[in-house]
Amino acid sequence: MTNELLFSYLILFLPLLAFVVNGLFLGQKSAKGAAAMGIIGNGIGAISAVLLAVSYLTSNVAPQKAVLFEFSFLPFKAISENLSGNIGFLVDPLSVMMLVVVTFISTLVNIYSVGYMRHDRSAGRFFALLSLFTFSMLGLVVATNLFQMFIFWELVGISSYMLIGFWYHKPSAVSASKQAFILTRFADSFFLMGIVLVSYVVGSFDFSTINALSMAPFYQETINIGIATVSKASALVLGSILIFVGGWGKSAMFPMHIWLPNAMEGPTPVSSIIHSATMVVAGVYLVARLFPFFAICENTLNLIMVVGAFTMVFAAVIACTQKDIKRILAYSTLSQLGYMMFSLGVCKIDSVVAVTGYTASTFHIFTHAFFKCSLFLIAGSVIHVVHTNDLDKMGGLGAKMPWTYWCALISILAISGVPPFSGFFSKDEILLAAFQGQHYIVFALALLTSGLTTFYMFRFFFLIFHGDSRSEHVRGHKIKEDFAMTLPIVVLALPAFLSGFMAKGLFAKFSVPSSLNIPQLVSLPEAKWIPFAAIGMAVVAFCTAWLFYASPKATIPAKMQQTLDETNRCGLYKLIYRKFYFDEMYYIFVRQFIFAGVARVCRFVQDYIIEGIVAFVVWFVHRLGDLVRYAQGGSLPFYLGTLIIGLLLWRFFGQLPL
Amino acid sequence: METVLFNLIWFLPLLAVLVCVPIPSTQIKTIKTIHVATESLILLLVGYLVYSMYTASGTPANSAAAPLLLHYFTDIPWLSMFNAHYIVGADALNILLLFLTAVIVWTGILVSWNIKGNQKVYFALIQLLATSVYGVFMSFDLVLFFVFYEMEALCMYLMIAGYGSGRKDYGGKKLTLTLALGSSMILATLFGFYFEGGIQSWSIVELSKVTLPMDFQMWAFPLLFMGFAVSSSLFPFHFWSPDGHSAAPTAVSMLAAGVMMKMGAYGCLRVAMFLMPEAAKIWLPYVVLLLIFNVVVGPFIAIRHKDLKYITAYSSISHLGLIFLGLAALTPVGLRGATLQMISHGFLTGLFFATIGMIYERTHTRDITQMGGIMRKMPFLGVGFVIAGFAGLGLPGFSGFIAESTIFIGAFSCESTWVRIVTILAILSITTTAVYILQTANRMLHGEMPAKYESLTDGSFREKLVIVILVLCLLFIGIFPTWISEFLDQSIAPIFENISRANITAIGG
Repeated sequence: MTNELLFSYLILFLPLLAFVVNGLFLGQKSAKGAAAMGIIGNGIGAISAVLLAVSYLTSNVAPQKAVLFEFSFLPFKAISENLSGNIGFLVDPLSVMMLVVVTFISTLVNIYSVGYMRHDRSAGRFFALLSLFTFSMLGLVVATNLFQMFIFWELVGISSYMLIGFWYHKPSAVSASKQAFILTRFADSFFLMGIVLVSYVVGSFDFSTINALSMAPFYQETINIGIATVSKASALVLGSILIFVGGWGKSAMFPMHIWLPNAMEGPTPVSSIIHSATMVVAGVYLVARLFPFFAICENTLNLIMVVGAFTMVFAAVIACTQKDIKRILAYSTLSQLGYMMFSLGVCKIDSVVAVTGYTASTFHIFTHAFFKCSLFLIAGSVIHVVHTNDLDKMGGLGAKMPWTYWCALISILAISGVPPFSGFFSKDEILLAAFQGQHYIVFALALLTSGLTTFYMFRFFFLIFHGDSRSEHVRGHKIKEDFAMTLPIVVLALPAFLSGFMAKGLFAKFSVPSSLNIPQLVSLPEAKWIPFAAIGMAVVAFCTAWLFYASPKATIPAKMQQTLDETNRCGLYKLIYRKFYFDEMYYIFVRQFIFAGVARVCRFVQDYIIEGIVAFVVWFVHRLGDLVRYAQGGSLPFYLGTLIIGLLLWRFFGQLPL
Repeated sequence: METVLFNLIWFLPLLAVLVCVPIPSTQIKTIKTIHVATESLILLLVGYLVYSMYTASGTPANSAAAPLLLHYFTDIPWLSMFNAHYIVGADALNILLLFLTAVIVWTGILVSWNIKGNQKVYFALIQLLATSVYGVFMSFDLVLFFVFYEMEALCMYLMIAGYGSGRKDYGGKKLTLTLALGSSMILATLFGFYFEGGIQSWSIVELSKVTLPMDFQMWAFPLLFMGFAVSSSLFPFHFWSPDGHSAAPTAVSMLAAGVMMKMGAYGCLRVAMFLMPEAAKIWLPYVVLLLIFNVVVGPFIAIRHKDLKYITAYSSISHLGLIFLGLAALTPVGLRGATLQMISHGFLTGLFFATIGMIYERTHTRDITQMGGIMRKMPFLGVGFVIAGFAGLGLPGFSGFIAESTIFIGAFSCESTWVRIVTILAILSITTTAVYILQTANRMLHGEMPAKYESLTDGSFREKLVIVILVLCLLFIGIFPTWISEFLDQSIAPIFENISRANITAIGG
């Protein structure tokens, strides 16, 4: 295991080193040096991750988990002997898979950024933050306990904040970064509450302890959770839901989804890494990591399923109408995350569990990372050329950017679920899991959404690369594809194409939750027709997209202009185009209710009521002082008057013998 | 030997003031050098004592001070007429608070290097203030404790009224008079200890061994606790702090929020809760209700403010509320969290006020709506402020997270319903904290920069040094929390033992 220990240190600490060195020294002096540092640090990390994966999967430990190192960070011995926030390095099939994905994608994004940030003055800072982001995500992935998970969870949040708001002179970027951080932070506060509650009931943060729980002993004992006294089992269910809320926000599930499309204000490499490997999959990863625990909690998985399935459809519908290419991809990510999320949720059938959904979900995390990263990088290259995000100004780029064009086609076929591209395998498994889990409504929605996915992705594809060019930056100019930016795209096309085909067996073999304290359903109904149905949907959706956006009839400029003009559409289209007005609702809630409502009332109480009481006390003391001063002022009538009144009072109320 | 060094801590600043008296004001450079040298010496001294106490933590502490694990214990008769002694000593909590004070005073002197007005007097006052704060954290005799405690509010007033900005007279008076109210509440009960304790002693060590009569405790505890809580700005006595901080010069804000506000919480723990554990058990659940204002309402008020110092003042109010949450939970982890928060918040708020002062010196405004984009002109100061903000919103890696998570976990393990509800509210309010901190940082540092700030300069070496030292302290606790938690546990243990021994079935008697 010594080699593996070395790999684990390299994986975790090289990105950290790159961050520290770039942030403190290299970043300001030389952007090139910073880039080299970032690429080398993450590159060696990626190689180590692959080696670690190979050595782990070939060893006889797999698929059991192993802890490579662990040390105590913040012990709470006074509450329970086992309650200690540790920092460790967990190796199991899930974490190994994520390690490979995160380091690989991070390396490619670093390379890509060399081209993308070539003319940016603060590129050094960018590379520093990118490494911090990678480090945070790696720490989260290898977490051995909830406490470590939360530590790196927050670091992921803060580094995404700094990267989304990287161009801090742009007000839109600043407000997008703030929104992203505060919304996820809001979800995190529930996560923290869940951690506090679960650790109090269980007496440990450790995943192995929490996942190995069985519910039976907790039905008897009761616990006071503040508002009510409930059985410990109910407290655990509440805790599991609270923990899930953390993932809910981080994975931008409805209705906390609005931060993700707005986060497009950051540089494109950041969007790419956020969407594929580092930030948003953290929520899915959390649920997958705690899957055995969620499985024993009644109804938690059902909640996860409903949230995931709804987000999936909701986001796909919006993606069909958007014109900003990064927003289309953002909504597509939301939709794909919905797939991963509900796939984890469909596993429960009454009181037994079918783990196919778990396998399918982790598999989809894996394949999605490659094609989504690739798509974002492609979008970045396109934006770099046409200087806008708007589909209005694109078109006809296919001939000018051949490498990008073909790689885009591969990734789009992958996300649409066309065999033998990677997305087909994972999406097929998810559909199968939903079917086997007897959640037929969700299954139908997922099938429908896969059609929508194909439609909006080909709409994206045709409007960018086909037809006539609508941009003056492109028309008549020769375009050279930047090597540093094209290389990662080409490299990513390979796994986007092959990863599903190659890794299917690996996932089926290894990707099973380690300890399940609930009966598993082994014999599941076969459904050989599902892939054909999915392909059928894809073909229909493809034809529709072609008809609308690429057929000779549709590509006449006048007709195209009409297609792209959203102002003369029907009300429903506008409603979808406006994203169901969720951004507006959010702003109304925040500005009118929180800022102008709650906060204003609080300040009013402080400034007028409390300060008013203080002012009254001061006034009262002053008046009292005035009175005393007057009494001592040497005025003879006053002295005599008080003397007489005093005597009279003494006479009638006291015992003055007169 | 170390005991002698320890006793020098409060004496050295006083000595420096005396040495500087004959030097004329024109030789201000010499005076400043003397003061910086003294404080550097004290910083080294305290640093060494922390180290030596930490390494010696296995060896038994002074037996005269049992049950407290005090080191450097000194007990000399002082005013024999009413049996007051000069008793000083330190356990882990004291020595860490002393270290905090040394760092804040040292950085405070550096920050106010170019202060306007009579510098000679100003630096003398800072040193006197330092003496009094050191004294409070060292003394284990109630008379001595109170003398130092009182001295501090007076110095504070002179410095705010003489060197402050804005409504300095109003702010200074408000601060001092409110603190005086607290002191009068404390003084009234201190006499009670002497007469009701039955042993005619002012020594905290001796008094902790007796059980005070219950009817005395029942009225004395709330009075004493609230008296101390005044200087920690617990609702309803928090109103002095925003006006006081905003009027004070930078170094005084740093000292007031960083150190002085901890004196109150320290007093609550060391005197009120330690000496009256029975009453503490009865009264503290009600205190929890008070701190809802601090923890939940405080951040909302900060959202609506535009003045940097007001924002930071309300942020301090909410963070200090967390200290009281930890104290009121009465669990070992909660108490440890409270002490961690005292130390962590000291560094944090020191950094906050230091960077605000430096930025104010350049922009001449503290209104965040007037600023914008100054990150481009002062990246170092900007990053310093952002780090303070991140530490304030409880980002892992900085000490704030360690303290807050310890408090939450410790407070939730308390059985009381109200403590649990307030813990839940406090956890929810981490979002509100994030809102005002990000809003402030974004408005001030990001966005478009007004043209008038084109000529601004980044921090000088002296200012950078201050920021670096404070950031290192925050990081050190944040990244290596194990040693400090275990170190603090040693000093929590006897306090908690006293509390858990207390039997509240004796209320009737």
